[in-house]
Amino acid sequence: MHMADALISPAVGAVMWTASAGTIAYCSKKVREEMDDKIVPLMGVLGAFIFAAQMISFTIPATGSSGHLGGGLLLTILLGPYAAFLVTASVLTVQALFFADGGLLALGCNIFNLGFFPAFIAYPLIYKKIAGAEYSQTRIAFASIITAVAGLQMGAFGVVLETVASDISSLPFSTFIILMQPIHLVIGIVEGLATASVIAFVYKARPEILSTSLHRIPVACSLRRIMLAFLAATIVTGGIVSWFASEQPDGLEWTIEKITGKKDLEAAKDGMHGTLALLQGRFAFLPDYSFKKADLKPATSITHADTEKPKSEGNRLGTSASGITGGLLTLVIAGMIGFGLRKRGATT
Amino acid sequence: MSTITTALLDLKYLEILAAGDTTIHRLNPLAKVLVTLLFILCVISCNRYELTALLPFFLFPIAMIARANLPPLFILKKIILFLPFILLVGIFNPVFDRIPLVQFGSLTVSGGWISFLSIIIRSILTVGGAFVLIGTTGFTPTCQALRRMGMPQVFTTQLLFLYRYIFVLAEEAGRTSLARELRSCGTKGQGIESYRSLIGALLLRTWGRAERIHDAMLARGFNGEFHRVQSNGFGRMEIIYCFGWSALFIFFRLTNIPLVLGNFITGFFA
Repeated sequence: MHMADALISPAVGAVMWTASAGTIAYCSKKVREEMDDKIVPLMGVLGAFIFAAQMISFTIPATGSSGHLGGGLLLTILLGPYAAFLVTASVLTVQALFFADGGLLALGCNIFNLGFFPAFIAYPLIYKKIAGAEYSQTRIAFASIITAVAGLQMGAFGVVLETVASDISSLPFSTFIILMQPIHLVIGIVEGLATASVIAFVYKARPEILSTSLHRIPVACSLRRIMLAFLAATIVTGGIVSWFASEQPDGLEWTIEKITGKKDLEAAKDGMHGTLALLQGRFAFLPDYSFKKADLKPATSITHADTEKPKSEGNRLGTSASGITGGLLTLVIAGMIGFGLRKRGATT
Repeated sequence: MSTITTALLDLKYLEILAAGDTTIHRLNPLAKVLVTLLFILCVISCNRYELTALLPFFLFPIAMIARANLPPLFILKKIILFLPFILLVGIFNPVFDRIPLVQFGSLTVSGGWISFLSIIIRSILTVGGAFVLIGTTGFTPTCQALRRMGMPQVFTTQLLFLYRYIFVLAEEAGRTSLARELRSCGTKGQGIESYRSLIGALLLRTWGRAERIHDAMLARGFNGEFHRVQSNGFGRMEIIYCFGWSALFIFFRLTNIPLVLGNFITGFFA
């Protein structure tokens, strides 16, 4: 599942972009330094292969639905984590640019969710351990399914965390988790099956492709190092996100404080009418829908708002009306500018 | 089959659009990438309940589509194709966020509906912005602009390689997939058994192709980097373009123009 620009906040987008860009830079360095240049065309063509293979599906017996290859795990098995991460990132970039899958700012999230987890966590910690040094078909199949499921579960969890941290969608964390994880369990099993069957085919036809990939540079990672890295990432992310997150409410708090001269609305119980009126007067210049703030404190404000109803309702209506009028006018103006530009472009 | 063919056609069509020759097309790709990124950033940094302040941002895609002679309907269609996913996630907002926010007479609109609408407007703007970039710039120049912004060379080469071979491999995959569809009346025979050999064979052919490409590249003296055609410099036009749009975006972001406009008009009649 792809994250979309419309669902993320700039802070989350920036953090995930930094994480993905950093991983891309690190993988690029590794690939350039430690792999022979034979890998360059192989990565490019395999990326195109994954792109095309994702669009070919197979029917799942007795369900009537169909499944297809995700690609992240297959690439990691064939190319090793570093090159596979770069290939996944490049496929996602093309999809973001040409098919609006996700978006430019959400690209960081998508690369991390779909590229990082299978290549750097699921593959070294699960696939390598199960598949082991001596290959057998059952081992590969078993390892592929477990790894695909684990990778997708982590990716889906990433989507949930990023969406909840962005606070654009109102889906509560628990509900979203309950929706996402089981769906991706099914998708993971299907993807694992598809990967396992393709790997089995390659293993029969050209086993040396799989054995050479075994000798590619190993990922220098242990569980402890990953945990440490995650801890560091959590601290950094937490710091940045909370800084951004606290900025907006604080901005509102600051405005309220400015208007009322008091620390918060609770303290201004008696002056509630005045505060509300002031807020709404102020609201005309503040598009941040300040009355949301008043509504958020139902214990005090609703009763007061009820007595204040005729006045505030009139104000709200006025604000909405001018909002709609202005909005329509803006769209008309934008359209007319476009039309004018086109005409000018046509004549010149 | 149809999905692969449609995807290919879309890619080719966008590439044809990007080959146009207008003032916008001739601008340095770096300028267009920077402006598009700032545009998306300004749009998504708006408050989740924001509706009216988002509307002025439509000026950017509309002006670009008009000035660069892009087909508005095609872009609109691409945006609409993407909407179902957004609707799926956004539709939960009205369910979970029921705090009343706006009142029209007796009709109360909850915060959830407002933020749902806001998500839709955001996605139209951001997806539209990305299509405008690709439709006026093309993939290769965009990659080169990203390279100039510091993207690692290995990754740039990977992107260019991938893009070059998507056309070759997707056509091959499309033909293979069509052959399977024609042989399997209905869906029988499209199970995992035939899928395994179809994808497996495609993968092996791909692998062989990569080895041949590598030999050919070595024969031509490939040293790890694609040489690019020198693009037009970053001149006066680019500076005007960047600063003009940036100033406008920041102005749109800081002032709610529709509200000011609406207040002025309703105030006039009041």
